[in-house]
Amino acid sequence: MLDNLSLFVQYPPLAADVILNGLLIGSIFALAAYGMALVWGVLNIVNVVQGELVVLGGYVTFLAVQAGLPPLLGLPLSAAVMFCLGWLIYRAVIFRVVDKDIFISILATFGLSILFQQLANAVFGSDVRTVDAGLGSLHLLDGTVTLSHVKLLAFALALGAGGALWLFLRHARLGQAIRATAQNPRAARILGIDTNRVYAMTYALNGALCGAAGSLAVMAWTIHPYVGLPYTVRSFMVVVVAGVGNVAGVVGAGLGLGALENVAGFVFGVEFQIAFVFALMVVILVWRNAMAARKRGYLE
Amino acid sequence: MSALLEVRNVTRRFGGVVANNGVSLTVRQGEIAGLIGPNGSGKTTLFGCITGTHAVDGGDILFEGRSIAHLRSAPIARLGLLRTWQQTRVYSEMTCAENMAISAREAQGGLLSLLRSVPVSTRRKGDDLLAFAGLHEKRGDKAGSLSFGQQKLLEFAMALMNEPKLLLLDEPTAGINPTLINGLIDRLRRANTELGVTLLVIEHNMRVIMNLAHRITCLAHGEVLAEGPPEAVRADARVLDAYLGVA
Amino acid sequence: MNLLSASHLSDWHIMGALALAGLAGPLLLPALATQIAFLWLMVVFALTWDMLGGRMGYNSFGNIVFFGIGCYAAAVVQRDGGLPYFEGLASGLVVGAVAAVLAALVFGAAMLGIRGHYFAIGTLGLGIAAGEIAAGWDYVGAGSGMALPLYPGELGSREIFFCYSLFALAALCFLVFRWLYGTRFGLALNAIRDDHDKADAMGLRTTPIKIFAWSLSAFFLALSGGLTANMIGFIDPRDVAFAGATFGVWMVLMAILGGKGTLWGPVLGAFVFHIVQELFWTYLLGWQRVALGLLIVVIVVFFPQGIMGWWAARRLRATS
Repeated sequence: MLDNLSLFVQYPPLAADVILNGLLIGSIFALAAYGMALVWGVLNIVNVVQGELVVLGGYVTFLAVQAGLPPLLGLPLSAAVMFCLGWLIYRAVIFRVVDKDIFISILATFGLSILFQQLANAVFGSDVRTVDAGLGSLHLLDGTVTLSHVKLLAFALALGAGGALWLFLRHARLGQAIRATAQNPRAARILGIDTNRVYAMTYALNGALCGAAGSLAVMAWTIHPYVGLPYTVRSFMVVVVAGVGNVAGVVGAGLGLGALENVAGFVFGVEFQIAFVFALMVVILVWRNAMAARKRGYLE
Repeated sequence: MSALLEVRNVTRRFGGVVANNGVSLTVRQGEIAGLIGPNGSGKTTLFGCITGTHAVDGGDILFEGRSIAHLRSAPIARLGLLRTWQQTRVYSEMTCAENMAISAREAQGGLLSLLRSVPVSTRRKGDDLLAFAGLHEKRGDKAGSLSFGQQKLLEFAMALMNEPKLLLLDEPTAGINPTLINGLIDRLRRANTELGVTLLVIEHNMRVIMNLAHRITCLAHGEVLAEGPPEAVRADARVLDAYLGVA
Repeated sequence: MNLLSASHLSDWHIMGALALAGLAGPLLLPALATQIAFLWLMVVFALTWDMLGGRMGYNSFGNIVFFGIGCYAAAVVQRDGGLPYFEGLASGLVVGAVAAVLAALVFGAAMLGIRGHYFAIGTLGLGIAAGEIAAGWDYVGAGSGMALPLYPGELGSREIFFCYSLFALAALCFLVFRWLYGTRFGLALNAIRDDHDKADAMGLRTTPIKIFAWSLSAFFLALSGGLTANMIGFIDPRDVAFAGATFGVWMVLMAILGGKGTLWGPVLGAFVFHIVQELFWTYLLGWQRVALGLLIVVIVVFFPQGIMGWWAARRLRATS
């Protein structure tokens, strides 16, 4: 572990490679975290099934490529399919728990998480899957830093999606309805907004964001049925750090998390990377609560 | 009469909004003090600062001569300073009798003292105070099943169960059936005289507060506007302006 | 339990019947000893989860951590202690219980100030992080887990032994909790659940109360972990010790199914869940875990009040 750390410090190009690749992977986390922030802010639900939506999005692209479609077409396809699945999940389950006790919705989405995780395992098997996007890589510093073009695409897409989301929420009619519902659902209903439809569209939009994230994940990295929960926890962490209504903060926190995780994976060993993600979340929660306690508050 | 509670120049901001701006007030041992002011004048925020739910951005708060401005709510309560809420807070899934039992002073003790069943004397005292609040027949009902007014009375009885030195009441008559208000005023007075509890009462009902309080402080826009005996405050032109909006 | 006494059954009748079943069961049905042992384990799971989730309003997804600590502590002590089997088992259980209580003190001091969904997700992270760390840590066998020493008795006696041990543990856990819920401590837990801010504002020492509750759960979970590890004879970091996706979820599900925050709800939930699982699970042919996910969703969405809650509501309708 210490050897890795000293290697990291002594050989800056390697550090640059690890950090840059982590940052770019972090853009996938940011995409999924936009969705979680939306659902959290509008429906007041912590969507534990978030990561499974990402993984399923990845499988859509994987299947599309298996069927002979070009990988890049998998990206919009994943988003579209997951948009529909998100809408279906809302209609089947989420709308029943939307105004219930927060624990009910956590447990219900946790149940969905187990359901989709196990379905993915039963249908696709537990193999690690990846798709070659066939886009090649960018080599910097005499080849010591290698950044695949897919990761750069992910980065651009995360920034673009963040900007688009910001514009959509601010200017589009549905976006405004979403913000109004988030602020005060009762007032929104009185003003004639169909809040149930707003909730459904928000959840479906979340599905699309997760689908895109999953598609990029399978091209830039790997997926298998059990990586869902880590994505949920990453999104959760990013939203906790950035705040629910802060699109720019989500990008920053997502990229930061990606870099930090990659560095930790390098230093502690890849086998501890998932442990690091979950432990980091616990530390962040404890830290924020301690900060709140100094101001006579608590984290709730 | 000595000062039980001294609020000195307390300032509290929420983002850019200054909810309390250099507020000072004194509550003397044994009195009933009133706190009035238009909506949004910072009365409830001041309660939060005093009882440890809001951080104090400036100034100090002394209870029996000791600073409590940085304590959290539980240690403040254990010093003998309690509050009630405008929207009432009771333990809704527990019965009224259980609400009373867990509000007793001995429930504030350490873990070991909690590992005992509720003594008969405490049960009896709880029953007596429920009777005092007119809730004796509801003693086996869940607190959440009571009406809003009954929950207010229960919350008041729970506070008395704790034998506080100072009790802050946030609009005790709001939402209560007008025919019951006289009975409530009577109970507040008896708590003060018979049980020796000093009171600081936020109240919008002028008839109630003028009747009840020995001294009144009026807040407006987060600052103290006037202070003094009820008649003087009622006659103060600035108070009338604040309420009637004659700027 | 007024609704039980109304049908002329008191707690003592039910406890007597269960004690009789617990004592006679393994003798009458020795072939089912393992299944019965798991039933008592489920009872411990549901009871310990309910102390936080049902009584105190702190919905933990991380209680499995303490079970896992119990498993690993027993395994390590029995591997490295050089003691004969039963002495090793006993010291392993003690070490596990102490380690779990210490962990609960540390985690509790750090995390029990956190509320609502932050606590739920935070404890979820705790459970998974523990499993991942165990799966990467060579000292405890990393991903390949640990084997426990062989039970020295004759064939079939091992199941009987652990069946009785787990029964005794479940009974002790039930009796201790039942006594606690009758004290001021029980009332304080409910007060924290119903309105934490109010409990603070009334001067209750909420932090030590919450930490004690979690430590007590941890104590019983660690003992059950040590016993279960020995009964199975092998621990896998993710599938036995820190099995968040099975044991960890079942805890929550059983307590809710039976009726959380009631005395008999968790016991009832454990019985119903375990028996249904034993009877029908094998017919699902590999789709068990899919069914589990579906079951959680269905129970949480359509039946959140649990069997006890449903029963109470039915009786209320009948009387009014």
